[in-house]
Amino acid sequence: MHITFNGQEMETNCSTVAELCAYLGKQGDVLIINGYQARADHRLTEEDVITVIAKGVMPAEAELESMMAARHTPQVHARVKAAAVAVAGLGGLGSNLALMLARTGVGKLLLVDFDIVEPSNLNRQNYYISDLGLPKTIALEQQIKKINPFIKVQTRTVRVEEANVPELFSGCEVVCEAFDDPGAKAMLVNTILERLPGVKIVAASGMAGYASSNLLRTERKMKNLYLCGDFENEARAGNGLMAPRVQICAGHQANMALRLLLGIEEV
Amino acid sequence: MKFNGQTRQLNRNISLLQYLQENKFDISKIAVELNGNIVPRTTYAEVLLQEEDVLEVVSFVGGG
Repeated sequence: MHITFNGQEMETNCSTVAELCAYLGKQGDVLIINGYQARADHRLTEEDVITVIAKGVMPAEAELESMMAARHTPQVHARVKAAAVAVAGLGGLGSNLALMLARTGVGKLLLVDFDIVEPSNLNRQNYYISDLGLPKTIALEQQIKKINPFIKVQTRTVRVEEANVPELFSGCEVVCEAFDDPGAKAMLVNTILERLPGVKIVAASGMAGYASSNLLRTERKMKNLYLCGDFENEARAGNGLMAPRVQICAGHQANMALRLLLGIEEV
Repeated sequence: MKFNGQTRQLNRNISLLQYLQENKFDISKIAVELNGNIVPRTTYAEVLLQEEDVLEVVSFVGGG
């Protein structure tokens, strides 16, 4: 029968996965069959997609691919892998949502930020003590490579301004706005909507403090503009940015970006 | 006129810029859509609002 084993198509006469693994000399700890975890005595049927994962071992690209496809379903995985998403600003929102998109398997990520990692970032941004002093673009690229070395990461360590927006973001399907400064947020949103009509933007506004998680939401504000946040809790003295709400908001943005990549325009 | 989903009365000829200023918007922290199209920021003063307009103003607050 015809099957796919760890990303490779093949013919086999084996009747169970255990038999197949023994025949191929492949030892695994975790077995995923057609997207679900299964047992080794699973009886093989025509067109089964089998992924055998050895714990604690770096998989080859095809194996990692087939694992991701098994988790996310092949259609979703293929679409996401072909996508290009930009993250503008790599602070609390951007560092967290970039890693979510990387774990989701977005094939091309463009990371843009002019700044370096400093100690006050560590309360909410996805960096480590060992990253202090590094450009955020580079620190984040290194982390993504540790999660999925096959994602194409492009970094631009520049300040985003009206003049460089078209050049930076014209090749992206979705841009995630993740700046801190409200003027910079408005500049990026306006410039993309004015100059790059084919690009969708997922922006954020209002996620400071520790007000209810349930106030954070996603709304489609314009044809190409989605906004995540509670829309009112701005960062100020007495209402600082903290990890939980910032990460919830980053999750809203990452999920909306994912939905858009899959052709779903409703929030 | 529809403004952020609510019906508003327009009592006189007014530019988009005047309307935004009267409603206390900080021009540097907003994006404006009029009848489904983004309004370029440099043209707010030139756009005259009409009774049948659908105006959407999105404001941004700091933090990220």
